[in-house]
Amino acid sequence: MVVIKDLHKSFENQVVLNGISMHVENAQNMVVFGRSGTGKSVLLKCVIRLMEPDAGEVTIDGKDVLSLNLNELNTLRKDIGFLFQGAALYDSMSVRENLEFPLIRNFDYSQEEIDKRISDVLEAVSLEGEIDKMPSELSGGMRKRIGLARSIITKPKLMLYDEPTTGLDPITAKEISSLILELQLAYKMTSIVVTHDLLCAKIIADRAIVLKKGHIHSEGTIEELLSDKDPFLVDFFSDEVINKNGRG
Amino acid sequence: MASRLYKFLDVTEKRLQSFFELLAGLTLFSLRFLKEVFVPPYEVEEIRKHMIELGMKTLPIVGVTGFIIGLVITMQLQPVLQRFGAEAFLPGSVGISIVRELGPVITALIFAGRVSSGIGAELGSMRVTEQIDAMEVSGVNPFKFLVVTRVFATTFILPILTVYVIFIALIGAYIAVVLVQNMTWEYYTGRVIFSVEFGDAIPGVAKTFVFGYIVGIVGAYLGYNAKNGTEGVGKASTTSVVVSSLLILVLDMILVKLTLWLWPIAK
Repeated sequence: MVVIKDLHKSFENQVVLNGISMHVENAQNMVVFGRSGTGKSVLLKCVIRLMEPDAGEVTIDGKDVLSLNLNELNTLRKDIGFLFQGAALYDSMSVRENLEFPLIRNFDYSQEEIDKRISDVLEAVSLEGEIDKMPSELSGGMRKRIGLARSIITKPKLMLYDEPTTGLDPITAKEISSLILELQLAYKMTSIVVTHDLLCAKIIADRAIVLKKGHIHSEGTIEELLSDKDPFLVDFFSDEVINKNGRG
Repeated sequence: MASRLYKFLDVTEKRLQSFFELLAGLTLFSLRFLKEVFVPPYEVEEIRKHMIELGMKTLPIVGVTGFIIGLVITMQLQPVLQRFGAEAFLPGSVGISIVRELGPVITALIFAGRVSSGIGAELGSMRVTEQIDAMEVSGVNPFKFLVVTRVFATTFILPILTVYVIFIALIGAYIAVVLVQNMTWEYYTGRVIFSVEFGDAIPGVAKTFVFGYIVGIVGAYLGYNAKNGTEGVGKASTTSVVVSSLLILVLDMILVKLTLWLWPIAK
């Protein structure tokens, strides 16, 4: 379970997170909505301490993340997967090397076990034939899938997704969203998904929060948020529909 | 007039501030390198890979430059020495200039242009595309994997390249000598070996360890801390060359003084 209490983060004079508190139950998919610049990605990065929050508390499975030393943090990170917005595949490594990287570095698996895991995750993302390609030879959707495969290869308990469908065409975006849901169900992972994509959220979300000016403006299921008459939510989700379907 | 003065002082203040920020950042980055280089795991395979890659990448260009430098310095010195009736000293003086100064500094400057910019661009691009973050998230220390290995490789590959350049430059010098004088290879090498002493070769090559470190640490620092997308990557790449070349020349001045004190030229 992930518990965030009164999280604050500012950059110079700009307050990005202003007292965020939320919790995500085990095996639950939590979607974080919000307009650009409301601190969604910063929230994810603070959870895993890629950024140090100014104040607050983050607990993952009872461990106080902000008080861990580097070794303890790295141990915790082995149980966490992160899909970056641009997939963040290592350019100088082939798909196989990208997938091997976290396994070789952090675990003591035999080559047979590593090969099996690679083949399993590539099958899960339907890219078995791309194992020897370099990231530059892959399309945007394929890169996202390989990024996803790399994130889940260590069988993490918690997955963090930063805009998993951004930059993809609607069909590929839907495929990625469905894949995220399938993997979550198969691996029983807890997920926090930052997205603008309402369709993606509809497919994967158990619950969702909407950020506004560094605060949590609303929280609930997607249906609850969509039926809410709050002017900000009505405006926000109508914008999302327009973004998704053109002139709506 | 007052507004111009104010603007000038404002610009000067900002430049000085960014200069001292760079200096402080580089110092802290170096301290972190020195702290992490001794801590296991030692990425021997990565270091080997970078040494081969960086060495092979620079070998042709430094070889050609070394050959031309040897040739040109001999062509320049020959008429001067002839004027004083000291042509017999040509191989020795060329040898000493190449071994003590030209070989190490020219190699280091070319290495800086080729490698420091490459490291700055590579790490900068990894930073802005979140590859460094991805490495950190997967529980790997990116500083150790990306920075320590590259700086270690540049520190130890540059002296090897320098020795290679010195030999190529001496061959270039011999060809220039043969063009103007009837001198055998045996006589030429004999004169060079007679003139160049241990105290000339050791400091010349030893200072390239420092230059190699500078090339690596500057490129890595600017790339690792790159910001603002592709613009930041370009800036990291070009600034790496400027800063590392400048530091090489400044440190050369200090190291020459230091080595002359440690290994004085025999009278």
